[in-house]
Amino acid sequence: MAYEFTEEDLQEIEKIKAKYPEVKAATLPVLWVAQNRFGHVEPDVQKLVADTLGLPQAHVHGVASFYTQYYKEKKGEHVLDVCTCLSCQLCGGYDILEHLENKLGIKAGETTEDGKFSIQEVECLGACGYAPMLQVTNDQYVNNLTPEKVDDLIETLKAGKEPEYDQIGMPLRKVK
Amino acid sequence: MSSADWKNYERVLIPDIDGLEKIDVYEENGGYSAFKEILTDKKKWEGPKSVVDEVKAANIRGRGGAGFNAGLKWSFMPPSDGGPRYLACNGDESEPGTFKDRKIFEYNPHLFIEGALIAAYAMEVTAIYVYIRGEYKVYIDMMEKAVQDAYDKGFIGENIMGSDYSVDFYVHSGAGAYICGEETSMLESLEGKRGYPRVKPPFPAQKGLWGRPTTINNIETLAHVPNVINRGADWFSSIGAENHPGPILYGISGHVNRPGVYELPTGIPVLTLINEVAGGMRNGKELKAVIPGGSSTPIVRADQLDGITMDSDSLREVGTMLGTAGMVVMDEDTDMVDMLWRISHFYHHESCGQCTPCRDGTGWLEKILLRIKNGDGEIKDLDLLLDITTQMEGRTICALADAAAWPVRHTITRFRDEFEARCKKSVHAIA
Repeated sequence: MAYEFTEEDLQEIEKIKAKYPEVKAATLPVLWVAQNRFGHVEPDVQKLVADTLGLPQAHVHGVASFYTQYYKEKKGEHVLDVCTCLSCQLCGGYDILEHLENKLGIKAGETTEDGKFSIQEVECLGACGYAPMLQVTNDQYVNNLTPEKVDDLIETLKAGKEPEYDQIGMPLRKVK
Repeated sequence: MSSADWKNYERVLIPDIDGLEKIDVYEENGGYSAFKEILTDKKKWEGPKSVVDEVKAANIRGRGGAGFNAGLKWSFMPPSDGGPRYLACNGDESEPGTFKDRKIFEYNPHLFIEGALIAAYAMEVTAIYVYIRGEYKVYIDMMEKAVQDAYDKGFIGENIMGSDYSVDFYVHSGAGAYICGEETSMLESLEGKRGYPRVKPPFPAQKGLWGRPTTINNIETLAHVPNVINRGADWFSSIGAENHPGPILYGISGHVNRPGVYELPTGIPVLTLINEVAGGMRNGKELKAVIPGGSSTPIVRADQLDGITMDSDSLREVGTMLGTAGMVVMDEDTDMVDMLWRISHFYHHESCGQCTPCRDGTGWLEKILLRIKNGDGEIKDLDLLLDITTQMEGRTICALADAAAWPVRHTITRFRDEFEARCKKSVHAIA
């Protein structure tokens, strides 16, 4: 399939290129532009990025395959990245992963048949104090998970809504 | 102030002020006055070197984990030759247990921006890049806005506040790779490549981004700078532990009642942080072990913690480090074999693959630990694991191999009976 950037994308790419003295530095940000546009960076999308930037396709492939957040194949509409790393493991991250797998009937690394959801087991997302947690499609974090909270999240996403930003305040200034 | 008086500590990195993330509120509360002073008060600040000297005297030990004096690091930059020079701000924050810099992005982004601008002036830097891990999309958006607001107000750009100093400021998103928190790997990533750490020397101060002089500082480290300029190096170095001074963001996670990020002086006793600051152990359980500063710092048993405080000198007494001050607390029910296997899985996943001892070593550590976890290990496997760690440490380009080896070495040494209990007796044993 032939992929093309929109005019708007191309303008953004020009702005990105202006941030760096060398065009190669635009590789990561332009892969992000591509993934936001097409939902993944399959080889054909990598070729588009390479051609747009005038870089070898091998370079773009090398970069895309090094970083875990780029989807090298098509994923579900919502990608649920469940953290099971140290603090999340200690606080029940694997229970949350298992609950989600049972609920959606797929294992980590798989996508539901209707293409709605993918589950991925991921490394530390930097939310250790709010464990267990997951990230929705490289965007919002959902913190302090319980099975009920996971169920609510799935309903929210099925209803076509995105989870809201889950702000966590700083703890009290003084500890009494 | 001494660390014993921590209950009366007033936060300075993330003060209790509503809306401080907005540039107007930040300015109303004295924001950007430190940067303005060093640019305009030529009597007090005779040029970039005077700023470097003040920051060096404060002894801000790098908050990203290495604990190196920030001002001293700045002084390694060679004299300007008129060409580009860079400051790369490390917001990759990926060490398990670490979740503090995101609080600065969210609640006081301009403090960090101001600190980065002062650092840039002090090192005659021409462009600043802040590298933020891709997963922090929400905070990347916040930082983009904050940087734009500072441009609009004239704090970034050409001839800042009428001075002859000009600098640009760019936000760069990572895309999921722990290794990019390693400083030279971060430079590779900024240049648009796979995050392979570079061989040192040359050090980044000589040849960094695009072959030009570059300094890399952690976000929190830079956020301390405006306060040092406003209140003086003596103020900073009088807070907390003598040899590791200043305010610090502690990230406390694991089995405590009130996990979270707490700003307090350095040098607070570990047990005070757990029992008072973080509200004690969850469900009234007993404390078993603590990882003091991110997953790579050696684990400490509860019985070793009496009198141990959160600073490098005290933690060294029990063979560990302050690291990122991201403390992971474990209760009596924690399975040390499972826990260590998970840490090893992390480092295996995140090894960039450049150096054989790390690429293969992290894999072997994980495989053998999985075997033990599944009840198929033998006692001799424990010594095999320790042997592998000695073949990894210090034999690679960057410190990831060491970071992977230390938890294995120390967790096995300090909880050996638990590991032995999970192992089958050797087929060669006669007793």
